[in-house]
Amino acid sequence: MAILVDKDTRVVVQGITGTQGEYHTISMLKYGTKIVAGTSPGKAGEEVNGVPVYDSVSEAKKAEDVNASIIFVPAPFAGDAALEAIAADLNPVVVITEHVPVKDEIRVIHAAKAKGITIIGPNTPGIITPGARQKVGIMPGHVFSHGNVGLMSRSGTLTYEIAAGMTNAGIGISTALGLGGDPCVGLTTIEAVRLFKRDKDTKALVLVGEIGGDAEERAAAYIKKEYDLPVVGFIAGRTAPAGKRMGHAGAIISGSTGTAAAKIKALSDAGVAVADKPSDVARLLKKAM
Amino acid sequence: MKLFEHEAKDIFRAFKMPTPPGGVARTPKEANARAKEVGKPVVVKAMVLAGKRGKAGGVKFADSPEEAEKCADEILKMRINDLPVEAVLVEEKLNIEQEIYAGITIDRNERKYVVIGSASGGMSIEELAEESPEKIIKMHVDPTLGFQPYEARQMAISMGFRGKQINQLGSFFLTLWNIVETYDVELTEINPLILTKDGRFFAADARLNIDDNSLYRHKDIIEKLKREPVEQNERERLATENDMAYVELEGDIACICNGAGLTMATLDAVSLYGGKASTFLDLGGGADAKRVEKGIEIALMYPKVKAILVNIMAGITRCDEVAKGIVAARDDGDITAPMVIRMVGTNEEKGQEILNKAGIPFLQTMEDAASKVVELVKEVG
Repeated sequence: MAILVDKDTRVVVQGITGTQGEYHTISMLKYGTKIVAGTSPGKAGEEVNGVPVYDSVSEAKKAEDVNASIIFVPAPFAGDAALEAIAADLNPVVVITEHVPVKDEIRVIHAAKAKGITIIGPNTPGIITPGARQKVGIMPGHVFSHGNVGLMSRSGTLTYEIAAGMTNAGIGISTALGLGGDPCVGLTTIEAVRLFKRDKDTKALVLVGEIGGDAEERAAAYIKKEYDLPVVGFIAGRTAPAGKRMGHAGAIISGSTGTAAAKIKALSDAGVAVADKPSDVARLLKKAM
Repeated sequence: MKLFEHEAKDIFRAFKMPTPPGGVARTPKEANARAKEVGKPVVVKAMVLAGKRGKAGGVKFADSPEEAEKCADEILKMRINDLPVEAVLVEEKLNIEQEIYAGITIDRNERKYVVIGSASGGMSIEELAEESPEKIIKMHVDPTLGFQPYEARQMAISMGFRGKQINQLGSFFLTLWNIVETYDVELTEINPLILTKDGRFFAADARLNIDDNSLYRHKDIIEKLKREPVEQNERERLATENDMAYVELEGDIACICNGAGLTMATLDAVSLYGGKASTFLDLGGGADAKRVEKGIEIALMYPKVKAILVNIMAGITRCDEVAKGIVAARDDGDITAPMVIRMVGTNEEKGQEILNKAGIPFLQTMEDAASKVVELVKEVG
């Protein structure tokens, strides 16, 4: 078991003929992901590494029975691509694209919500379930090993750093998911905790947060009340100055909200062991489990 | 992109929102002329993209054009928040009955726009939230329907306004919403929105930030502004051109990494070992040798930098490319500060071999690398 993606996930890659789309299609296929179709308007009939290309998501669904999507199309068109996937009832829809206008994100997120569809991202490395060899994302699969810890994060490489540390320490992952580095994302931290709570095979959680917004504080309040298994946290941006966007659109301290200190305090108050350094996460997990 | 007050007010006026009579001036002489046109006592305001300009002395009142000229002369010589003042706005000094707050921003948690109003404007919304949160009225905007006229009127009613003021004030909220919709605004504020003693409402201040990710569809605005969307120094401009995220800080250790979260965590690790970062430089995903070399070059242009920490967790990025970039930077004689390298992940062995051959040491963990670079800086002094 795991969350959101498993052995029955059949993925369409939207924007499969672009450089990123093609590169990661090959990488996902190598990992074991069931990539069964791609889309690129006007390019139906072509193939990318053996994967058939269709003109639209609904054509791909008719032909290949896809049930999930990963989106690589450029930012100006990513919102439209996500709406197309939502219209075809694909679930989840993983939006890798960075720099999607926030107005488009809001529209997409609420269109998905109305249909009970999970949007992951935008600006996310995606989602990986090592036990099912399913990776719907761009992360290096080899740093994630199979196990019973759920991992959620707002960043990419920092997640790989922590996952690699866990793997080295012999701790495996049920599902790892990137929530996205933008201010408005589909699946929120608190919703991710809720999903992991329902998964019987997830016995502990790692929550990797960063400055900006109050998603971690909200998740902490939920953990305090509803989540009884061990949780280890890490918050990036302790030394970030206020008012500067630290790489991610969502990583910004506005006024007094979104500081690392407030997040660390909320998590600690909820009984979460907060690591000082990424390498401490595996150690704290061992202690807590 | 943040707009200057006068630029934001140009947009407000284009949407028929009342603003105080006046205009922008770039010299004291021009300020004199603007004040003459107004023909009444004026306020002279520094046009800077920084808060608290009033406290910094950037807002002055003048009873005559001559006085306005003198005020402008003083303000144009100022630096506010380390930014030069290149223009002033000269506007009629309003006869204030009441200061109001009106704004729209994005609620990250709800993932919706939120319209905010308060009958007690003047102070910042954060100060107001602390002092009297009950005076702040909020309404979330339905993502499919948008903000409706009845909701705009309800804002005014909830803020305590009655009679024809309901429509008058309501129209400010509705106009703000139309501007937000039209221009992908992520934050707009009128603070204060002034009710004059003779019963008229004016947007006395204006703040308008456009979502940088949407600028591609607002070329019309950028053209009209006749300036770069974002004020940047040469290093920041170079980083943007090369699609790197770059932030300058007060310390002396430049952190060059891949990925925003990892870069932030690296700055934090440097601090944990007693050092201070000068630079946040995120190379992004899949950086090749040229990009790595460019990143090092940009980082070294910042005079505060005394040492460099390269921390790469390679996923799509390849360690051999990173190593080639580092060697190229050294061989070109670009590297003028001691450097500590940590890189792991894709093609790790190949990368390490390249560094070994070049005689460049590297470390395995980010903690070792952070503590090492802090040590080096202490040695350099």
